[in-house]
Amino acid sequence: MSLPEFFQNLTLDLKNKFAASILEISDYQGDVLITVSINSIIDVLTFLKNEHRFIYLCDMVAADRFTSKDRFEVIYNIISLKAQKRLFIKTRCSEDNPTMPTATSIWPSANWHEREAFDMFGIQFDGHPDLRRLFLPEDFDYYPLRKEFPLLGIPGSLPLPSTTPDSKA
Amino acid sequence: MGLEAALGDGYLTTKIDTLVNWGRSNAVWPMPMGLACCGIEMMAFAGPKYDVSRFGSEVFRFSPRQSDLMIVAGWCTYKMAHAVRRIWDQMPDPKWCIAMGACASTGGMHRSYGVVQGVDNFLPVDAYVSGCPPRPDAVIHALMNIQEKIKTQHTVLLDD
Repeated sequence: MSLPEFFQNLTLDLKNKFAASILEISDYQGDVLITVSINSIIDVLTFLKNEHRFIYLCDMVAADRFTSKDRFEVIYNIISLKAQKRLFIKTRCSEDNPTMPTATSIWPSANWHEREAFDMFGIQFDGHPDLRRLFLPEDFDYYPLRKEFPLLGIPGSLPLPSTTPDSKA
Repeated sequence: MGLEAALGDGYLTTKIDTLVNWGRSNAVWPMPMGLACCGIEMMAFAGPKYDVSRFGSEVFRFSPRQSDLMIVAGWCTYKMAHAVRRIWDQMPDPKWCIAMGACASTGGMHRSYGVVQGVDNFLPVDAYVSGCPPRPDAVIHALMNIQEKIKTQHTVLLDD
């Protein structure tokens, strides 16, 4: 694997500083993906923002890998406007304790992305200022993008309007 | 002009039902409920090329209180269903409903937890239109079916 010079310097820098936390470095279709241990994800992201000018959180998505170990994955899609480079940072958490530290202190725009991940996958973001559901009703009991959730939903979990609005009942 | 000249000093007998239904069926004012891409075809249905004013339905009213026919055009989520039903309940009787397109009729390709699988789950639909989206002709056909339905219904009870 030969990365472009910018990413070679960057990964070298990361390895020097967070040697034990960098689990995997790969590239796919010209994009660089770095898997980071969950314990130091905030340190790595802060370092990337402050030292390598990745000031723009382009997107942040979650994924259900449906594995017995490290089931949920959160992927940060960050951009350095100065270097005109995009970088993907991944981190994983387990099914038993789907908890991640929040990135809202680094990029405030992570607020709604994390709310969406919470809404769809039930991942808790520690320290999030306003962790409510984004799309689904507050009293909805399920996380629809988890793999075990049926495609057509749970019957009766979302209410339909009354078809007899004039009745007393 | 017109009828008076043709009839001269004559008169015309009819039933009040027939007269009322003739009036109603030729002035079916739609309530546009364009929820997705079918809404674009619904606009073409009202536009000059297909010219639904030939059928008396060109008056798209954006107030449910002035409408007779709701055209649900597009996929409807559970969240939107409450708004659609509320608008439907504000329309004065008699009223009719067209489920336009595959999504409004059955959920179509949106086999998902968030989309109502057919608006007939919460609305009394009179005419279903197939297609994704249907051509404006097909919506005119549904409108004509509804006109037939109006013409054959009995609303005024005969005195015994």
